[in-house]
Amino acid sequence: MAELTYREAVARGIAQEMARDENVVFLGEDVAKAGGVFKATVGLLEQFGPKRVLDTPISEQAILGAAMGAAMTGLRPIAEIMFADFIAVCYDYIANEFPKTRYMTNGQITMPLVVRCGNGGGARFGAQHSQSVENWCMQFPGLKVVAPSSPVDVVGLLAAAVRDPNPVVFLEHKSLYATKGEVPEGEIVDQLGIAKILRPGRDATILALGMMVSRALQAAQTLQSEHGIDCEVIDVRSLVPLDTQCILGSVARTGRVFTVEENPRQLGWGAELVSIIADESFYDLDGPLVRITTPNIPLPAADALEDLAIPSVSRIVDTIRRALSA
Amino acid sequence: MANKLAPHSATPSPNRSEATLIPLTKRLEMYRLLSLTRQAEQRAFDLFLQNQIKGTSHLSLGQEAVAAGAAAAMQPGDLSFCTYRGHAHTLARGVPVEKVLGELMGRDNGLMRGKGGSMHLTSVEHGVMGSYAIIGAHLPIACGAAWRAQYKGHKDVSVCFFGDGTTNIGAFHEALNFAACMKLPVVFVCENNLYMEYTPIADVIPVQYPAADRAAAYGLDRIVIDGNDVDVVYETLSQAYAKARAGHGPSLVECLTYRYSGHSRADPAKYRPAGELEKWKERDPVKAYRKRLGALGVADAKLDAIDAEILKIIDEATQACQAAPPTSTDILFTDVYADGGCAWRN
Ligand SMILES: Cc1ncc(C[n+]2csc(CCOP(=O)(O)OP(=O)(O)O)c2C)c(N)n1
Ligand SMILES: [Mg+2]
Repeated sequence: MAELTYREAVARGIAQEMARDENVVFLGEDVAKAGGVFKATVGLLEQFGPKRVLDTPISEQAILGAAMGAAMTGLRPIAEIMFADFIAVCYDYIANEFPKTRYMTNGQITMPLVVRCGNGGGARFGAQHSQSVENWCMQFPGLKVVAPSSPVDVVGLLAAAVRDPNPVVFLEHKSLYATKGEVPEGEIVDQLGIAKILRPGRDATILALGMMVSRALQAAQTLQSEHGIDCEVIDVRSLVPLDTQCILGSVARTGRVFTVEENPRQLGWGAELVSIIADESFYDLDGPLVRITTPNIPLPAADALEDLAIPSVSRIVDTIRRALSA
Repeated sequence: MANKLAPHSATPSPNRSEATLIPLTKRLEMYRLLSLTRQAEQRAFDLFLQNQIKGTSHLSLGQEAVAAGAAAAMQPGDLSFCTYRGHAHTLARGVPVEKVLGELMGRDNGLMRGKGGSMHLTSVEHGVMGSYAIIGAHLPIACGAAWRAQYKGHKDVSVCFFGDGTTNIGAFHEALNFAACMKLPVVFVCENNLYMEYTPIADVIPVQYPAADRAAAYGLDRIVIDGNDVDVVYETLSQAYAKARAGHGPSLVECLTYRYSGHSRADPAKYRPAGELEKWKERDPVKAYRKRLGALGVADAKLDAIDAEILKIIDEATQACQAAPPTSTDILFTDVYADGGCAWRN
């Protein structure tokens, strides 16, 4: 067992898959010689050479389009879109091309590709380099969307994404790149569509993703120690496919649900989850479904403002405490 | 390699190919493709007017020489990437007429059993890797297929067709730069039919030739050809494909042509100046080729027999489609994901 940073885990996951299958190729801006702007792909060029690890022009449409054409004809590309916000300039591929091609062609075309991005806030980068774009991606039938919260999940879910025959958007959290965690030696392959209960609890279910997972865990600890509230914390990990059974099972045990979402409130990923819970577990609920989100604003840059905007441990604690004592 | 021609000069490159070495069998094959695409598109038009085809359609009537010449120059295994105006390109690769008409008519015998429709004709087994309806999207995709060929050491060429209007979208420029930098085996074929939907391309570009005049920015040759002359298309693209196959990188070829019908089913094309259509019809690619073949000693009767044989195929295909059941509704939920279904949650 070695301790790896989240960024080292990215390189480890990509390397594991590239070593296993020579159809796996990797392209993106500044990813090869420079090792990525987040230094998450250091060493890959040296290990696999310039035919398999490509520095591209600043052409997000060319990156995703080329990944698609390569995937359709037999490769398994991993494409990096540096900041998840930049998906907006190549959204056609996410919205119209990747997810619809298999369906429109009646199954003639298979699209095994992965789009990796640095997602999320907390780095003081301002409104166009900090967004959490899960909901930009999860609305398209045909696409899968994954967001790991720990180094070991990065390796395992990345491997699962590369091996999946469908297009997968893999949202790494840019404020987690420096965080560390235990990662076992040897090949690690996880499964898409499996949520993880990180902390069992009886009083409420907290659904979190990415950087919000550790905050949810800290909040749960405070709620337990200071208020005697016992929260179950679920790392959703995969929005598509969604582990509905895990979530509904937890709701049946606790009767209360809180989502912790980094995206602005309007149509964030939690909205779909609470709608499923309301439809299918209504009679298990002991109170309203509560969404803890960034307010409906663009993210500001300054520390004091960004910290106020993104759900914090204390906001999670306060919201849950108030809701449960109401 | 370039045969330069002003768009409105309307000079069919006279006799230029008669002296060159396109074998007669290849020429007859190309006549067959011209006749097939002309008559099949005409049939699609008629079926639309009879409301037997729903939705929209974008015909290549008048532009057949590009599809015929481009396909005739390809080898099996080469890949075509088409637009919504893709019927002719799809047929020219050997996809059966019945499958194409069935798709247009929403029948169970359709190429994609009705799941894609007119704008998305795809037949992987014939190398037709899709028809794309978002302007420019498929230029980078063709680059990706060519990248795979280069990476794997495969010898196939990816051929990407698009219109004059497509040269103003970002993906066009991203793809050309990407392909040129990587020396990819991809050939970009611009069918300049002088119009986008309803607006003349000349109104929205600062240069004369929307594709060719941008080629230099990507270190590519400026190639403008008579897209109504199937021999010229065949020869030019044969050279471009050979260059790609030899590892010398992409080409951008601008073919000057004209569409006879409106942009799509809904368009009566009232925006065209009087006499323009008639002038282009004087240079009709099918008639012009009949003339050239006649000058080469091919009897009219032989060409008439090809036309008749193709008409029979199209008639039989039409009848088969009319008799075919509508697409079975049990495929509504299939093939969203690679497991064959649409489940996104447990
Ligand atoms: C991104 C995008 N913008 C606009 C359209 C609508 N549209 C469909 S066809 C077309 C004209 C394209 O002109 P051109 O590239 O010259 O091709 P042609 O139809 O003449 O073959 C437009 C604007 C579209 N499909 N996609
Ligand atoms: Mg046009």
